[in-house]
Amino acid sequence: MTVATPFRGRITQTRVLHSEWLKITTIRSTYITGALTVAVMIALAIVTCWGQAGHYASMPADLKAHWDPASWSEIGFSFSQLSIGVLGVLTITGEYSSGMIRATLGAVPKRWPVLEAKAAVFGIAAFVLNVAACLGAFYAGQAMLAGKHIGTTLSSPGVAREVFGTALYVTLAGLFGVALGALVRSTPGGISCLMGILTILPLIARGLPDSWYNAIAPYLPSNAGTAITRLYHTPHTLYPWPGMGLFALYVVGTFAVAVVLLKRRDA
Amino acid sequence: MLEAISLTKRYGSTKAVDDLTFTVRPGTVTGFLGPNGAGKSTTMRMLIGLDVPTEGRATVDGRSYADHPAPLHEVGAMLEARAIHPGRSARNHLRTLAATHGIPAARVDEVIELVGLRSVATRRAGGFSLGMAQRLGIAAALLGDPGTLILDEPVNGLDPEGVLWIRTLLKNLAAEGRTVFVSSHLMSEMALTADHLVIIGRGRLIADCSVEEFTRRSAKNTVLVRTPDAARLRDHLTSPDVTVDDDENRDLIISGLTSEQIGRIAAELHIALYQLTDQVASLEEAFMEQTKDATEYQAVS
Repeated sequence: MTVATPFRGRITQTRVLHSEWLKITTIRSTYITGALTVAVMIALAIVTCWGQAGHYASMPADLKAHWDPASWSEIGFSFSQLSIGVLGVLTITGEYSSGMIRATLGAVPKRWPVLEAKAAVFGIAAFVLNVAACLGAFYAGQAMLAGKHIGTTLSSPGVAREVFGTALYVTLAGLFGVALGALVRSTPGGISCLMGILTILPLIARGLPDSWYNAIAPYLPSNAGTAITRLYHTPHTLYPWPGMGLFALYVVGTFAVAVVLLKRRDA
Repeated sequence: MLEAISLTKRYGSTKAVDDLTFTVRPGTVTGFLGPNGAGKSTTMRMLIGLDVPTEGRATVDGRSYADHPAPLHEVGAMLEARAIHPGRSARNHLRTLAATHGIPAARVDEVIELVGLRSVATRRAGGFSLGMAQRLGIAAALLGDPGTLILDEPVNGLDPEGVLWIRTLLKNLAAEGRTVFVSSHLMSEMALTADHLVIIGRGRLIADCSVEEFTRRSAKNTVLVRTPDAARLRDHLTSPDVTVDDDENRDLIISGLTSEQIGRIAAELHIALYQLTDQVASLEEAFMEQTKDATEYQAVS
């Protein structure tokens, strides 16, 4: 077996990043999920803002006082957090279910560069996609409100924070999916964990006595992370950036456990 | 060169691999044999750091696999054929692995050509037959032009032409001075491919020797005798070291005596012999003989 192409290589973090970039861009589900996320964000913005424009005149004064047109535009994020979250889970559990992980970890036996590269590649791609989705949803939604002159602009106070903050929240939800996927190593398990934490946990908490709920609810991952998606602060919620910081801590903490286990467990 | 030093893997209370020590040398094909569940795959996984040994260690050219700065250039491994995302094409699968070491795309096309997958290289790997997946696994193992190859059951699912191809490939790789370590449960295949054998049963080392030595050492060599006077000959062959069986044709199968000794005894007794044949145990039989106590799953007969 002669080698016609001479080459010398060693593992570098940049090369592992390139490998993970190739992985994410050579799978059809990446494009389908991405397109679906943008489409649903924009479609929900159009439908919801069109509906709100119709209601606005008959709204009570206190609701008008807290009128938050940008958040109506971004209403689709509750779908995006799941679609992007599931894609995040799949970036790692897809390797476990197919057996690809053995080839991956065989090529990069130090292991943690793989998870690091996956998180970086996924995080950057998801953020770019979600910024596009959130901006698209913002302009589409505001176009529906423009006729009644009840829309807003990106340069209004707090609006850019809401729009880009929503993109950041959804990106972190996706990274949470990557971390949970690495932790549980199974697609159904990873998706269940992610949905349980982001959507079911806040619902369960509602069953608690008020004093308990008020003490606990602000610190639940999705409650903390979504504070940034609202213009006005409401009682018993965190402020936007502290909330986002706490959500990021949950994600980073989960990653830390996943890295330790990835190093220790048999592949 | 691959080295296993007191390699042990325990799952709960069962030892999948038990204090295994052996060396796989360059320039030869070393067959890794054992009944199902003997611990072959676990041992191979420990060699490339996928499983962490409970005790002992495994090294590639003196250091552990993970400590090599460019592991794909040291060891090419195929541990399971279906280690591919079903939605990715063969070429893209190899590109993702090559990228980790900066191996150029031209090398990817070269190994695709080498394993004969060019016509299907851009098809989704999910639709591959076992034989095609096996070839893709071998392409991945060859990607880094490694000095050592570790292949788990490479002939599984291949057609006769594919089996011949693998056999020639392995021999050529060894002839180039590479270390080739191949597991199989097909003794007959190993007899044709391997020069050296490492045999395990229930995680323990049973034999580490050349193919000829293994056959000779464990051989239940017998002599087949066909004679019209079987009963009389039989009566004169009784001794503690000699066993005589007669098969359904009333031929005698004798162990413990050479064909010369039997011929002389028959001549002295004036017994006519129609046939006097040495029967050498095949590798398959020798393997069965050696591992029968170490077989984890055995049919009761």
